[in-house]
Amino acid sequence: MKLPMSWLKDYMNTDGIDAESYEREMTMSGSKVEKIENRADEIKNVVVGKIEKIEKHPDADKLVVCQVNVGEEAPLQIVTGAPNAFEGAYVVVAKHKSTLPGGVKITKSKLRGVESAGMMCSTDELGISETRADGILILPDDAPIGEDICKYLKLDENVVEFEITSNRPDCMSVIGLAKETAATFGRKFTEPGNSYPESEKKAADYVSVEVKDFSLCPRYTARLVENVKIAPSPDWMQKRLRECGLRPINNVVDITNYVMLEYGQPMHSYDFDQIKGGKIIVRAAEDGELLETLDDKPHKLDSTMIVISDTERSIGVAGIMGGANTEVSENTTRVLFEAATFSGVKIRRAAKKLGMRTDASALFEKGLDPENASKAMERACKLLSDMGGTVLSGMIDVRCAPKEPLKLKLDDRQINNFLGMDIPREEMVKILESLEFKVESDGTIIVPSFRGDIETYADIAEEIVRIYGYDKIPTVLMNSRVTTGGKSRKQQLEDKTKDILTSLGFFEIMTYSFTDPKLFDDINVPADSPLRNTLKIINPLGEENSIMRTTLIPTTLEVLKTNYSRRIPSAAVFELGTRYIPVEGQQLPDEIGTLSLGMYGDVDFYDLKGAVCQLLKRLGVPRPAFMPEKQDPTFHPGRCAVIAVKNKIIGILGQIHPRVAKNYKINTEIYIAELDFGAILPLCSSEITYSQLPKFPSTSRDIAMVLDDSINVADIEKIIEENAGKILESYKLFDVYRGEQVGENKKSVAYSITFRAADRTLVDDEVSEVMNKIVKALETKLGASLRA
Amino acid sequence: MIKETLEKIKNQAIEELGEIGSVEALESFRVKYLGKKGSLTSVLKSMGSLSPEERPIVGQRANEVRAAIEEKLEETRASLAQKFENMKLASETIDVTMPGREVSLGKKHPLTTVLDDLKDIFIGMGYSIAEGPDVELDYYNFEALNLPPDHPARDTQDTFYINDNVLLRTQTSPVQIRYMEQHKPPIRIIAPGRVFRSDSVDATHSPVFHQIEGLVVDKGITMANLKGTLETFARKLYGEDTRLRFRPHHFPFTEPSAEVDISCFNCGGKGCSVCKGEGWIEILGCGMVHPKVLKICGIDPDEYSGFAFGIGLERVALFRYGIDDMRLFFENDLRFLNQF
Repeated sequence: MKLPMSWLKDYMNTDGIDAESYEREMTMSGSKVEKIENRADEIKNVVVGKIEKIEKHPDADKLVVCQVNVGEEAPLQIVTGAPNAFEGAYVVVAKHKSTLPGGVKITKSKLRGVESAGMMCSTDELGISETRADGILILPDDAPIGEDICKYLKLDENVVEFEITSNRPDCMSVIGLAKETAATFGRKFTEPGNSYPESEKKAADYVSVEVKDFSLCPRYTARLVENVKIAPSPDWMQKRLRECGLRPINNVVDITNYVMLEYGQPMHSYDFDQIKGGKIIVRAAEDGELLETLDDKPHKLDSTMIVISDTERSIGVAGIMGGANTEVSENTTRVLFEAATFSGVKIRRAAKKLGMRTDASALFEKGLDPENASKAMERACKLLSDMGGTVLSGMIDVRCAPKEPLKLKLDDRQINNFLGMDIPREEMVKILESLEFKVESDGTIIVPSFRGDIETYADIAEEIVRIYGYDKIPTVLMNSRVTTGGKSRKQQLEDKTKDILTSLGFFEIMTYSFTDPKLFDDINVPADSPLRNTLKIINPLGEENSIMRTTLIPTTLEVLKTNYSRRIPSAAVFELGTRYIPVEGQQLPDEIGTLSLGMYGDVDFYDLKGAVCQLLKRLGVPRPAFMPEKQDPTFHPGRCAVIAVKNKIIGILGQIHPRVAKNYKINTEIYIAELDFGAILPLCSSEITYSQLPKFPSTSRDIAMVLDDSINVADIEKIIEENAGKILESYKLFDVYRGEQVGENKKSVAYSITFRAADRTLVDDEVSEVMNKIVKALETKLGASLRA
Repeated sequence: MIKETLEKIKNQAIEELGEIGSVEALESFRVKYLGKKGSLTSVLKSMGSLSPEERPIVGQRANEVRAAIEEKLEETRASLAQKFENMKLASETIDVTMPGREVSLGKKHPLTTVLDDLKDIFIGMGYSIAEGPDVELDYYNFEALNLPPDHPARDTQDTFYINDNVLLRTQTSPVQIRYMEQHKPPIRIIAPGRVFRSDSVDATHSPVFHQIEGLVVDKGITMANLKGTLETFARKLYGEDTRLRFRPHHFPFTEPSAEVDISCFNCGGKGCSVCKGEGWIEILGCGMVHPKVLKICGIDPDEYSGFAFGIGLERVALFRYGIDDMRLFFENDLRFLNQF
């Protein structure tokens, strides 16, 4: 909402209020000032000029060379492409070394070889219109040549831009802001008088209004004005409209816009002679009803929308935009003004459905005060009467019974307790009265009709304290009961996971929770995979962000891709994120905490496996088993394993299938693990019990064997564990060899096995016996042959 | 005669020792003089030819000579050892200005690091950390927060919908409702989490971002307590000199409501590029929990009151590190992540 500061003078004395204090005080009383702009600050060295002579440009068809008198000794030569330049035109000249809004600097230059000493300006270049103008601004012939343009066009105006919160539609108006200003600065607000002569003729004899359903339209007021001459509106009105960002059109339309700005009540004007049957009907639209609006666009309406119609057809979408069929044109002589209150919800939905959010609908949808409609109507008629129109007597006013004003009790103790303050009761009353609340002697507060946002004592407390001063609220720490705060076990384990993984060299990443359904193809997920059963966003930003992810692998791959494409030689990343799994019969999906790890660079499967094992170990998870997984199409069939703990699968780990890597344009091996963090949590143990340091020495034996290449070492280890008995302390794989010496499809595997007994030094025989048992089992069960 | 021989041996030995330059030479020296067949030993062996009177005198002298040679020998040995140690150490000299071998450590995401700091501050003030789902019911995200259907304020939060009842939460405030439904006062929580709004991506907007919700409910909680709490928080985060400015604002689920600015930590409030010349930086929204919201959650607003606040995590991180583009947080370029 924009407010030219001088407009406030219509309602109060603003002496001594400068822009700086205005910005500060209004912001602190709840009307946040976004910025204050003054065109004159930005426009320098721009003056009124007159085009004396126009010649063709020697080298350009679309340019002309003008001699412009700016009151100096010699005229300035200015090249322009403006189609509306003519000899004798009074124009706006930005001279050499001048500035225009937006930091534009104008200096002497050559245009296609011809010297140009400045520029002639259009309205948008001067910043007084936001839309691009077709040509330069032509001033009236009495404009004094050489005068500063800011002085001539009265551009020296502080325009304040407010951020108005949705609960205060009453402040979407100059009067609303003037009332706030008055309360903030302790000044008196006076509403302008709107009396004007009415003709003998009665409006009711020419026009009638029928509201079919008051829930759609609680109030509809109308007035008829004759002898209207369509013409430009007066300069002062045009100036204010422009300052507020509206484009002047003609006197009647400008009046409706002006009153909307001033009162916050949208208005509409009809060419009364185009209304059939002299009747206005407010009703729900019929499904499929067609209407062309003022912007010349056809619309198909439905029964959820409100229309204004005459006896034959609809003539406007209520509260959004009027119809083209009754538009005020230059031939219009009789105008019917409409000021009504429509259902905010209905207008909001209709505007959304029709894709037509107008200034009017933006106001209506916040819920307007019906009492304001008649005030706005009188203001519009007063303005049109001043411009020569004859207002017929009698306002047509169709409405349901006015709402009883809300009454609350002023409980100063409750309010002070709530705020933690000590504001005197008299002060509270004074503030409330300055905001047009009535406070009766028994403490009853009567809430004004335009304050639909006020409901309880908390709202009253806010009204009081925002005027009294938020800065006067003391800062006091709580004196309430002690609470023991802290993190839950889950939160602690999440923190710990991040600590472990960063110490293992992984960087934490964060990616979007929604993703692209196409990514399932990129990672080779089959058509019937449950992963494809996703939660879909019905209004996504784009298809690429339209589903809630059911796996973290694609977003992890995206991050690796980003880094790979930027030539980062190696990467190790993790994300502790959420997967969203729809569940039949459940409104909300299961949100599953998931850990993904990804790496590329000088790494292989065992680097990632080592990291995963270290993580699980440090989290206190029992030793995991890794089982070859050949079926998951995202992964390399020979380099993938599922991870299981206590016979429950908790994740997957492997090299990304080269075809998938190619889809991500990564030309190197990528390793990814995805772990179900929710499943890991209950497996984590933070209990640590000390075990005594060994008192007796250990004995190690090395063993090397040749066996089929297809046998996994896990099978060897299982045999070692099963046969070594109690004295086994540990074993370690230290060599794997494939080559001619061991034969085709064979490998040599070597382990170092360590034995120890807690209560004695082991003797050779005892260890040898166990070793023999192991060797025998390896031979019989795996066909291994011991290597010398 | 023997005495003279002894003197000669001693002088010769000591002279020879002075010229020895290696451990091997030292050993042959020892054998030559003190060994079983060494010159001193042979002198002692020849003592049989001496008279009984002379014998102890010469014997003593011989022992003195031996001791003198041995002492000198040990001296030489030690100095040789020192010399060789020095040589070895000198040969082992390295260029200590060469770079250290890097141990590759990863890093937490900058948003995690900032969040950890915020959590620590509030845990220190007795807060617990609550959580709620990202995919939320309309009821929790809007209705129970005093935002009934068709409330105009819903438009200011462009919402992603799954269906009419289910949406991606636009704020962490629904956790307030879920927590109050489950817990009785005293309540003192923060609830960090992801939120979603259908904003197009640019330097200051992201469709996914993070908030930290705070909620305190108990008997006698006042707006002055809210101010005191947030002042403590802001000073811990931004430094003891930080000043706070509470501006009236509107949120449907708090009343009175406020937006909070802090004095710009860069310029101290004079106005600079960080605060866009205003001297103040908006950091959070807050207010007293609306009595309607308390009632919806089964808490009697006549008995209890409370306050709530919501902090934008990205904003805190942007300001703390001087980052100028929010997109960097979700792009995850390692060269970016490695800076924090």
